[in-house]
Amino acid sequence: MYSSENIESKISKTALIQALQHFMAAESVLFDEEDLKPYECDGLSAYRAIPLIVVLPETIEQVQRVLTLCHENMIPVVARGAGTGLSGGALPHEQGVLLSLAKFKNILHIDPNRRIARVQPGVRNLAISQAVDQFGLYYAPDPSSQIACTIGGNVAENSGGVHCLKYGLTVHNIQQLKIITIDGELLTIGGSGLDSAGYDLLALMTGSEGMLGVIVEVTVKLLPKPERAQVLLAAFDDVVNAGEAVGNIIAAGIIPAGLEMMDRLAIQAAEDFVHAGYPLDAEAILLCELDGTNEEVSEHVSKVRGVLKQSGATEVRTAKDEAERLTFWAGRKAAFPAVGRLSPDYYCMDGTIPRKQLPQVLKAMADLSKEYELRVANVFHAGDGNLHPLILYDANIPCELERTEEFGGKILELCIKVGGTITGEHGVGMEKINQMCVQFNSLELQQFHAVKAAFDPQGLLNPGKAVPTLHRCAEFGAMHIHRGELPFPELERF
Amino acid sequence: MNTDISQQLQQQVVQAYEQVTALRIIGGNSKAFYGRADDRLLSAEILNVSGHRGVLSYEPTELVITARAGTPLAEIEKLLDDNGQMLAFEPPAFAESATIGGTIACNLSGPRRAYVGAARDFLLGCKIINGKGEIMSFGGEVMKNVAGYDVSRLMAGALGTLGVLLEVSLKVLPKTEMVETQLFHCSSIEALNKIHSWSQTPLPISASSFHDSVLRIRLSGAAKSVQAARDTVGGESVDNAEQYWHQLKEHKLDFFATEKPLWRISLASDIETFTAENDSNFLYEWGGALRWLKTETPAEIIQQAAADVDGHAILFRHSEQQTCFQTLSPGLLRIHQNLKQGFDPKNILNPGKLYPEL
Repeated sequence: MYSSENIESKISKTALIQALQHFMAAESVLFDEEDLKPYECDGLSAYRAIPLIVVLPETIEQVQRVLTLCHENMIPVVARGAGTGLSGGALPHEQGVLLSLAKFKNILHIDPNRRIARVQPGVRNLAISQAVDQFGLYYAPDPSSQIACTIGGNVAENSGGVHCLKYGLTVHNIQQLKIITIDGELLTIGGSGLDSAGYDLLALMTGSEGMLGVIVEVTVKLLPKPERAQVLLAAFDDVVNAGEAVGNIIAAGIIPAGLEMMDRLAIQAAEDFVHAGYPLDAEAILLCELDGTNEEVSEHVSKVRGVLKQSGATEVRTAKDEAERLTFWAGRKAAFPAVGRLSPDYYCMDGTIPRKQLPQVLKAMADLSKEYELRVANVFHAGDGNLHPLILYDANIPCELERTEEFGGKILELCIKVGGTITGEHGVGMEKINQMCVQFNSLELQQFHAVKAAFDPQGLLNPGKAVPTLHRCAEFGAMHIHRGELPFPELERF
Repeated sequence: MNTDISQQLQQQVVQAYEQVTALRIIGGNSKAFYGRADDRLLSAEILNVSGHRGVLSYEPTELVITARAGTPLAEIEKLLDDNGQMLAFEPPAFAESATIGGTIACNLSGPRRAYVGAARDFLLGCKIINGKGEIMSFGGEVMKNVAGYDVSRLMAGALGTLGVLLEVSLKVLPKTEMVETQLFHCSSIEALNKIHSWSQTPLPISASSFHDSVLRIRLSGAAKSVQAARDTVGGESVDNAEQYWHQLKEHKLDFFATEKPLWRISLASDIETFTAENDSNFLYEWGGALRWLKTETPAEIIQQAAADVDGHAILFRHSEQQTCFQTLSPGLLRIHQNLKQGFDPKNILNPGKLYPEL
């Protein structure tokens, strides 16, 4: 279980509130239990904590002053966007300030020539694409929470979505950041060109989970909207064939805009929920979206159709119009809530594997599912190897959450074992902090801590998240012997 | 050839760490001209990575290749080409001896960069030796990976100042079916206007350049798509243009045959006039976002002009490069120094190559 790092503050809660109210409106500093409650968790609601204080600054200067104040008084700070994250990255610190960027919701500038938009961190992902639609442009990364999630959070988590194989993650689609360091300094990272001087701090900040600085402005890159998008739906009576079909499409020299797989349980759940017309007798379906110029899409649709058939698809459908294309997608996009209808609770995992390992991983997961007596539905960003197994459980049954967590941990370790990673796009947060000890050795973790110290030597930003301390790993290792070896032998046991 | 000398390299770094000896890291020595000249480098011990070579894994359908850092770039490009794939960022080699490690350490990308991304965008993971002689791996061989800080990408363009690259994993892409080049005679402002009107539409542009009053546009993609795009953009068709793009990438065009210092200026693509320099001293790439400039104008003036438009200028080729990279703000420099301290506490890896303070 997670325990936030203990930090010795130099100021009382009352004095801190007074100091904050000195430069912020009274309604922007929350400290009553009932006002704090809405901030107790993010999208991973199994973990909750009430922060000491919530602040809602409106200007960059206020953020600077909040951070300076916290820095001087050794107060932990957790930054938060929309709170849609799935790894507990925005879980509050009980002795700390929760810094909400919710009031930073302006689109500052759109430049169609440069194909960029300069936005505040609290702007919603989808709102960017909506605002630039008039210029025929869009912002490519589209996490499933894109209606609600904010761009600041996207940068903090390096969010992906269903179009990553072709269009990349957040790190590939931003150009400049303004951040405030823990000592209150405003830094501009990146520039107006395609690269900037010095180390690639833009990449380092992206996906840093609020550990290095607070993002107060983001310049995103925009893309011209494709002339046309078309989607094919293929059914398979064997998941192995579906997995091979993905490799065969890529071998044909085609990079689809989106390539998604769902297994039998996920198909059935989605079909019951949105009636997308999915074939219920299939063991797996693939959704393959092709985009580009009109001519290119026509050419690729006929190629992919051939590849799918040759790969053993029992059925291949092409959306006959835009409405049907959206219906095909509706099932996939509703897969999580659809699975939620099958069970009181579900737990969404996020490992990535080399695609060729899919059959082996699915088999091992099925075995684990039997062992733990918990059902698992699979939706899979098949093009880039990102798995989202959904473990179905009931939190009201004693110990079922704990069993689910253990099962989830086993899935993540399986991903590492086949050469993958514990998180493709949801982040480590506090959820996967123990598995970080499996994926990385103590030298690598120490190097991460050195990166952290380069920005935040006192460890005040989002303490206890993203990178485990070596002691935490030693404790975890004590109950978890990896490959028969005692991890972190150099550390004393306690 | 397949040789693992990682232990040897590690031992040399450990020894240098213990004795506080500066190391100058070299691969194929093809880009030795790039970066600052610093006295510490002149007297440094050489750490030669070129013997550490071999492709470790490559499966075309996974779109990933992993190779030891000393593997020749040409060997990798040949292997990919044989399988209908490519390094989409079109890295310049500048000499046959160029290695994949040097390519990533310099983060240099060719004409396609503006349209698909830079070397750093295709870097998925790496294994390094830090300045304490510790071998570590970051990132991996999968497209999506957000576990831990993105230390791999931090290595791209760090010129070896944070770690010695041992292995790199890169995303690769299928080669395009058809490539065509169209040519236009116009002024620089007309060229930028054309490029910006095209870049807001989904045309399959994969390279662009402008110099000597000639704009060239390369179109790559599915055959029908390239043909349709050619009709849309117009201009004159150029035969055998691949040679032109190759010479541009490798700096073998006449433009680059100069004794004058060569500047690489990265800025917003629509900046019309950068300095009062004569137009013939400029070559534009990347839709206007990269400008090569040959000039004797002092570095301070060029870099100030770049800073004024929120860009940056690198003195790319010159005999004595003291000022090479754009000065960092004090806040950014402090972060750079802290990072350097975190990876290379005794400052033994390529000291001064990037900035005098690092």
